[in-house]
Amino acid sequence: MTEPSDRVGEVIEASTTEFVAECYELYGLPPLGSLVSVGDAADKTFGIVYHATTASVEPGRRPIARGKDEVSEEGIYKSSPQLEKLLRSEFSALVVGHGNSEAIHQFLPPKPARIHGFVYLCPSEQVKTFSRSFDFLNLLITTSLPVSVEELVAATLRQMGQAHEDKQAFLKAAGRELATLLSSDYSRLRAILGRIAPE
Amino acid sequence: MSEEKGQTLGIVVSGSVDKGVEVRLDSSASVEDMVVGRYVTIEGRQRRFFGMITDISLGVTDPQLTINPPDVTDPFLSEVLNGTATYGTIHVLPMLTIGGDVASLIEGPQPVKTVPSHFSGVSLASDADMSLVFGEEDENRFFIGNPLDMETKLCLDLPEFVKRSNGIFGKSGTGKTFLTRILLIGMLQKSQAVNLIFDMHNEYGWEGSSEEGRRKVKALKQLFPEKVAVFTLDPENSKRRGVSTDFVVRIGYDEIEPEDMVLLRQTLNITDLAVEAAYQLRRRFGRGWIQSTLDVGESEDTQELLKELNIHESTFQSLRRGLQTIGRLSFIEPHASVDAVNSLLGYLNKGMNVVLEFGRYRDITAYVLVANMLARRIYARYQEMMERSMSEDIAQPNPLVITIEEAHKFLNPEVASRAIFGTIAREMRKYNVSLLVIDQRPSGIDDEVMSQLGTKITCLLDNEKDIDSVLAGVSGKSELKSVLARLAPKQQALIFGHAVPMPVPIRTREYGSAESYKGFVGGADAGQQAKKDIEELWD
Repeated sequence: MTEPSDRVGEVIEASTTEFVAECYELYGLPPLGSLVSVGDAADKTFGIVYHATTASVEPGRRPIARGKDEVSEEGIYKSSPQLEKLLRSEFSALVVGHGNSEAIHQFLPPKPARIHGFVYLCPSEQVKTFSRSFDFLNLLITTSLPVSVEELVAATLRQMGQAHEDKQAFLKAAGRELATLLSSDYSRLRAILGRIAPE
Repeated sequence: MSEEKGQTLGIVVSGSVDKGVEVRLDSSASVEDMVVGRYVTIEGRQRRFFGMITDISLGVTDPQLTINPPDVTDPFLSEVLNGTATYGTIHVLPMLTIGGDVASLIEGPQPVKTVPSHFSGVSLASDADMSLVFGEEDENRFFIGNPLDMETKLCLDLPEFVKRSNGIFGKSGTGKTFLTRILLIGMLQKSQAVNLIFDMHNEYGWEGSSEEGRRKVKALKQLFPEKVAVFTLDPENSKRRGVSTDFVVRIGYDEIEPEDMVLLRQTLNITDLAVEAAYQLRRRFGRGWIQSTLDVGESEDTQELLKELNIHESTFQSLRRGLQTIGRLSFIEPHASVDAVNSLLGYLNKGMNVVLEFGRYRDITAYVLVANMLARRIYARYQEMMERSMSEDIAQPNPLVITIEEAHKFLNPEVASRAIFGTIAREMRKYNVSLLVIDQRPSGIDDEVMSQLGTKITCLLDNEKDIDSVLAGVSGKSELKSVLARLAPKQQALIFGHAVPMPVPIRTREYGSAESYKGFVGGADAGQQAKKDIEELWD
C-alpha cells in the first residue's frame, strides 16, 4: 500500500483531534487538503492537512535576509548549506478517521497517534477507498480552525477529486452531501461550491 | 409525461388524516412532471395507501436561497442544489388503503382512517394498481374513460350506479351531453335498468351534432335500434330530421293536474294564489278542470262560482292566462286518443329504453310540463307495480332511470319538496325508480336533493357556488376543488360518490367516431343481424 517514498515526515505532537508532523525535507510539505496517514496497517489514523509552516528551528532565532549579493534564490541555499538544518517545515493534520486493512471508519480513533509515528501521504488508491464515504465532511465542517473551514473543505475535495477518474461525478456527489449537511446555511455552502466548481 | 410504471417519487415527510400528507420529491423526480389529480401509492409499513396529488409546491432548506438565488446557468450548481437545498413537494390526499394481511387483501381497498408512517416511499400508481382499485371491464363494469395521464380503463359498476339517483354537472359546452350518451349506452348494455330520457334538445335518440357543429354524432336509436324507442311530441320536426319515431305523444287536458302548475308557476308567471285556485277548481270540476276553467265565460255564474270558491277575480284571470299558454302548445289536446303513459310503460316493461324528443318545443314550459306530468304518472304506476310484486311475490318491474335536463327547474328549493322529481330523488330506489340529473347550475338544485345523489360526475365548473354545491359533504373538499377547477374544458370530468371507491378525474372515452361506435356496440351482446345492420350504418 504505502511506499517508503510516500513518507513525508514524523509526528512531533499529537492529540485526539489532530497531529503535527515535521517534514524530513525542508519544503517537503504535503499539499493543503491532502489525506495523510500515520501508524501501521493494523491501526492507522487518517488526517487531512489543514495548516503548514516553515520556520527557524529555534523559536527565538529568526532567519535573516541573506540574498543581497546573490543572483537567484537558489544561490542563497547553495552558498549557505546550513540553512537546510536551521529551518524546518511542519504541518498540522485534522484527524478524520482511522482503520486497518479491513475497514476504514470516518470518526475519531480511540487513541491519538504516537509521537515519532511515520506520516505517509496516502496514494490515490487509498484516497479513492477513503472517499467512498463522505462522513468525514461532517468532522471537517464542524471544527474551528485557524484557516477557513470552507477553504479547507474545498481544498480537500479538489485533492480527492484528482484520485477519481470521473472527477466531475465525485465533486457533484460531494456537493450534494454538503448541500444536505449545510441545509440551513446556504452562504457557507455557496462558498465551498464556488471553490470546487469545475472551470 | 413519464410513462414509467410505478416510478418512485419521494418520501412522506409529514401529514394528517384530515389534511393529507406532504411528500418530498426525490431529485430524480421532476416537479414539472407532477400533475394535480394523478394517483400515487404509498407503501406504509403495514398497509398500502392510494391517494391523489392535490397540490405541488417548491421548497428551499434555507431562505437565503430565495433572497440570494444561485447562478442557475452553472450546471454544476444547479445539479448539486436540485433535490438537496431546493426541492419539490407534493401534497397527497390518501383515499384508500389495503392492509398487508390476507383478510384485507380479500376485502379490497377500504377508506382511509390513518396516515402512512414517516418516510414511507411514494410512487406513481401503476396501471395494475389502478385496476386493483377500480376493477376491470366485465359484465357489470362499463368503461367510461381513463384516469388523467393513464392508460388504465376506468370502469363504473353500473348495477351499483343505477341503485341511486345520480348527477352530471358541468358548464355549457364541457361535454355533458357526450358523457350522458356514454353513460346511457353503458346502462343500456350492462345494467338491468331501463331508461326514460326527456330529451329537450333532441340529442339522445337520433343523431345530434358535436360542439363544433360540423360532425354528426350518432345517438342511441342508431346504435341500438332494437333496444331503443323514440317518442316524439313534434312528429313534423322528427320527420324533417329523418328520425324514425315509434310513438307520437299527445297530452289531454284531463291528464294535467294542479301539481303540474306548481312547477310551471315561474315560467308561466302566475301567482301563488292562482296555483291554490287550481287545486280548488280541480276539486270542484274533477278531471276536466282545465277545460271547464277555460270554458267559463264572463257570466254571472262565473262570479258566483268565484265567490263560492273564494277566489279573487284577478287570481282567476292569472290562472286562466297560464292555462291558455299551455293550451296553445299543439301537442296538448282537449282529450288525447291514446294514453301516452300506457304506451311508455309498455315499452319500458319490455326492457326497451325510451327517448322522448321535444322537437321544436324547446321552451322550458313544455319541457317542465311534460316531464313532470309523465314522470308523476309513471312513478305512481311503478309504485303500484312494486307494491303488488311485494305482496303477490311476482317479478319486480325493471329498474327505471329517468334522465332530466335543466334539472334546476324541477329540483330548485322552491319546488323540490312538492314536485315528483324531488320525491324520486329523495326516496331513491324504494320503488325502483331513480334519476339521472343533468344540469349546468348545480347551485340551483335543492341541497336536500343534491345530498341524496349517489354518484356525481362533474365536468369543468368555474362558479364558486356551483363548485361548492357539487362538492358539499365530500371528504377532502378543498383538495378536490383544486382538481375540479383545473379540469380541461372538454372531455374531462371528476367522478365521485357511490359507484367509485375514490374520487377520480377522468378523460372521458371517445365518442363520435366510427371506431368509437364499434367499441360501444362490440361490448353489447347484440345479435348477428344487429351487428350487420350497424356495419351498414357505418358505410
